[in-house]
Amino acid sequence: MSLLLQVDGVTLRYKTPQSLITATHRVSFSVDEGDRYVLLGPSGCGKSTLLKAVGGYIAPVEGEIRIRDRKVTAPGPDRMMVFQEFDQLLPWKTVLQNVVFPLKVAKGLSHREAEDRAYCYIEKVKLTEFANSYPHTLSGGMKQRVAIARGMAMQPDILLMDEPFAALDALTRRRMQDELLELWEETGFTVLFVTHSINEAIRVGNRILLLSPRPGRVKAEVGHIERSLLDERGTGRLEKEIHELLFAEAAKPVEAAHV
Amino acid sequence: MSEPRMSEPHVPQPHITEPDTSQPYVIVHQKLDEAMNDVEVERQLGLAERLWASATIRKALIIFLMAAAWESYARFLDNPLLLPTLSETSAAGWQAMLDGTLMNRALSSLKILLLGYAAGISLAAVLSVVAISTRIGADFLETATAMFNPLPAIALLPLALIWFGLGSGSIIFVLIHSVLWAVALNTHSGFLAVSQTLRMVGLNYDLRGLRYISKIFVPAAFGSILTGLKIGWAFAWRTLIAAELVFGVSSGQGGLGWYIFEKRNTLDIPGVFCGLLTVIVIGLVVENLIFRTIERVTVRRWGLQS
Repeated sequence: MSLLLQVDGVTLRYKTPQSLITATHRVSFSVDEGDRYVLLGPSGCGKSTLLKAVGGYIAPVEGEIRIRDRKVTAPGPDRMMVFQEFDQLLPWKTVLQNVVFPLKVAKGLSHREAEDRAYCYIEKVKLTEFANSYPHTLSGGMKQRVAIARGMAMQPDILLMDEPFAALDALTRRRMQDELLELWEETGFTVLFVTHSINEAIRVGNRILLLSPRPGRVKAEVGHIERSLLDERGTGRLEKEIHELLFAEAAKPVEAAHV
Repeated sequence: MSEPRMSEPHVPQPHITEPDTSQPYVIVHQKLDEAMNDVEVERQLGLAERLWASATIRKALIIFLMAAAWESYARFLDNPLLLPTLSETSAAGWQAMLDGTLMNRALSSLKILLLGYAAGISLAAVLSVVAISTRIGADFLETATAMFNPLPAIALLPLALIWFGLGSGSIIFVLIHSVLWAVALNTHSGFLAVSQTLRMVGLNYDLRGLRYISKIFVPAAFGSILTGLKIGWAFAWRTLIAAELVFGVSSGQGGLGWYIFEKRNTLDIPGVFCGLLTVIVIGLVVENLIFRTIERVTVRRWGLQS
């Protein structure tokens, strides 16, 4: 597998009206083609900021981000974002038009080509019968599926997903995770996935980067997660281990009590 | 009305006799009440109820009642110089329609109005684009609207007459003033309210500059823009009629305002009422037909406004 994304010693800072906040400190990792790479950490570990930096929305103050050896300087359609918010679809366009629009404006496809490709991806996320519906008539899960179809139809180098299922109810979230894996098995796209749920990270990812909070620093990387080899007990153990790694300080008194 | 057929309560009540302590949990299955499957769930309302639910019909009824009240009070008063009856007014209106005077006046008013409205909107568009692109532009727009929005356009007419002379130029000037600030203010606040997510989506699509604004900001803020256009139209219409009425300018022929003024001078009071009714009708048509239709096919369909 070839190297796709390199994040090299990236420090990110952003300003609030009151102060300058360091979101991540010299974070390095790299994503190979076909990876399902998960950034996992508690709130305040800068994982979303890191994803936005890969998206090109925030420039690092230190280090650099390279995708296919091009330096990331601005947002672009080679890195399609899927956001957590349901309002990421353009409300004035139908499901089909939402998928078609970026294909036309950013990829320069003809209307016919764009529509054919859009239909194909809308079918992949099982929304064919809603192709002509407006987003406000869809449920939250359906909106996220449209956003995923839109991102995948662009066939970007990497799909950047910022807690895409966090605002869904637990049952829908489970189903969406499974669907994402099915889509991945079909097309083998590369995805960088941000979440704060250990369970979701294990279900979705094949590599997980664990970040510590305030400022975000790399704590560990879990690699080569093979879902077919993970039974329920294995998942539970991994979950526990990740939890202990993430919350090492907080967990210490509990560990002491166990001994 | 048929009572929903309920089946006899033959469904066994769940009860756990002896908790089986060897199992970690117990599931008690229940039979679905099959009889409920074909009970009527939806029933149409009666005709009267559906008619009364339509706002158009309720409002038409109100207009009809008001017309009846006018007619009967004017007959009771019996003084056509103070208040002509509705029938006299309609007769005068019909006459004015036939000889084309009313139509011509209305058209010349509308022509000036559209000129001023279009110019005002174009200027507002330029200002809003500058305001969303640069901070100093936003500061300028906010300051200028705060200053000029409270200034009634008609108050500028005496000055406009000195600057642009007795003609359509000065009326267009005051029309621009009445449209520009309302539209620019609403467009600007609509632009500011476009969510961060949508902005990021637009950048993700490689949209920049004017394409970014026209393809993301304008549709996303269309609700506020439309509100601005409606307010601007209402301001412009009132300003125009008042300007024509007071100064009777506008290139020889004169519009509806001038028509009303002329009729009053010749004590043709039914004619005055005709002029007023025409002003109302045109206002209603634009607000309820044109703007309502635009709303229906845009913001309402998009779910941005209920």
